[in-house]
Amino acid sequence: MRSLKQTKTTKNKTYDERAAVNRIRQRLAPAVVLFAGAVFMLAGIYRGEMDVVLRKAINLCLECIGIG
Amino acid sequence: MDRGLTGVSARIRHWVQIGFTAVTNGYAKGFAEGSIYTGSSKAFCVPGLNCYSCPGALGSCPIGALQAVIATRNFSFSWYMTGFFLAVGALLGRFVCGWLCPFGLVQDLLYKIPLGEKILKVRGDRFLRLLKYGILLLFVLLLPMFVLDLAGQGEPWFCKWICPSGTLMAGWPLVMLNEGIRQAVGFLFAWKSMILIVLIVLSIVVYRPFCRYLCPLGAIYGMFNPISMVRYRVDRKKCTSCGDCQKACRMNICVSENPNSAECIRCGACLSACRTNALLKMSFPAPPKSLAKE
Repeated sequence: MRSLKQTKTTKNKTYDERAAVNRIRQRLAPAVVLFAGAVFMLAGIYRGEMDVVLRKAINLCLECIGIG
Repeated sequence: MDRGLTGVSARIRHWVQIGFTAVTNGYAKGFAEGSIYTGSSKAFCVPGLNCYSCPGALGSCPIGALQAVIATRNFSFSWYMTGFFLAVGALLGRFVCGWLCPFGLVQDLLYKIPLGEKILKVRGDRFLRLLKYGILLLFVLLLPMFVLDLAGQGEPWFCKWICPSGTLMAGWPLVMLNEGIRQAVGFLFAWKSMILIVLIVLSIVVYRPFCRYLCPLGAIYGMFNPISMVRYRVDRKKCTSCGDCQKACRMNICVSENPNSAECIRCGACLSACRTNALLKMSFPAPPKSLAKE
């Protein structure tokens, strides 16, 4: 009887631990992706991609309008 | 019973959509003169599908910007735009589609017109939903990257041949307001106008047909739905599997089984419909306490 109780507790703990790890992962995943996004954006700005976007956006996009 | 998003919540969402569209397209002079804004804020993208040639646009369209960068001679990959999608995807996912996209707002309003019988499930729905991924791959990535002119410059294929948001927000207003542009219209304008008209008519009976089947931006953000900071969880202890959430979902998602489906635009209709509060929205900075105890 005692050993059965112990096994149950151990199982529960394992389940709780797994749930805790999942929770941490779920909270961590967006933060990691957000951080990666920020790094990528900085790399793009450093390469001059922002200027390409600006140049395209401040000139009339004939393709967007449907005449280019 | 199709309840949709009820009462106050629906009104709040629509006012957020209207407010955000007005703020990001607030260059009134452009509408008065038939021109576009040329300030430095256009180096930054807005999260939704918002054409940068709209007379009022103060920011850039992310899909247009992505094509602009990868179509140039100097870049075949856009770190800037990939980073933008990662950041917005991680923060909001397709919450952008439901709350911040101007073309989504247009479709929402069209669906409110009480004309014809509303169609919840279109024939071939599952196949049609895959179309947006094909459009993303072909028209947004591959064609602008690999079909180049003699100078090594590509074209924004999606903007040129498909984008109805560009036709509605930039094409039609500029053709009406600008005599020079009006004289230059031809086959391409007619083609794009036809796509837009078909989508306008469809939007009256089918909820957000463009978002469901064609939008490459929705395809990108949808991939982030399972890990985004704005996501849904089902409390299994409270869920009675009554199916109310699915009945309320106009995107026809089985919410209780797949609360973070790539198709979910986070409109919140399921949250309002759930009578047992089994559906929970997780958002930044921390999930609700009840989830932490789960």
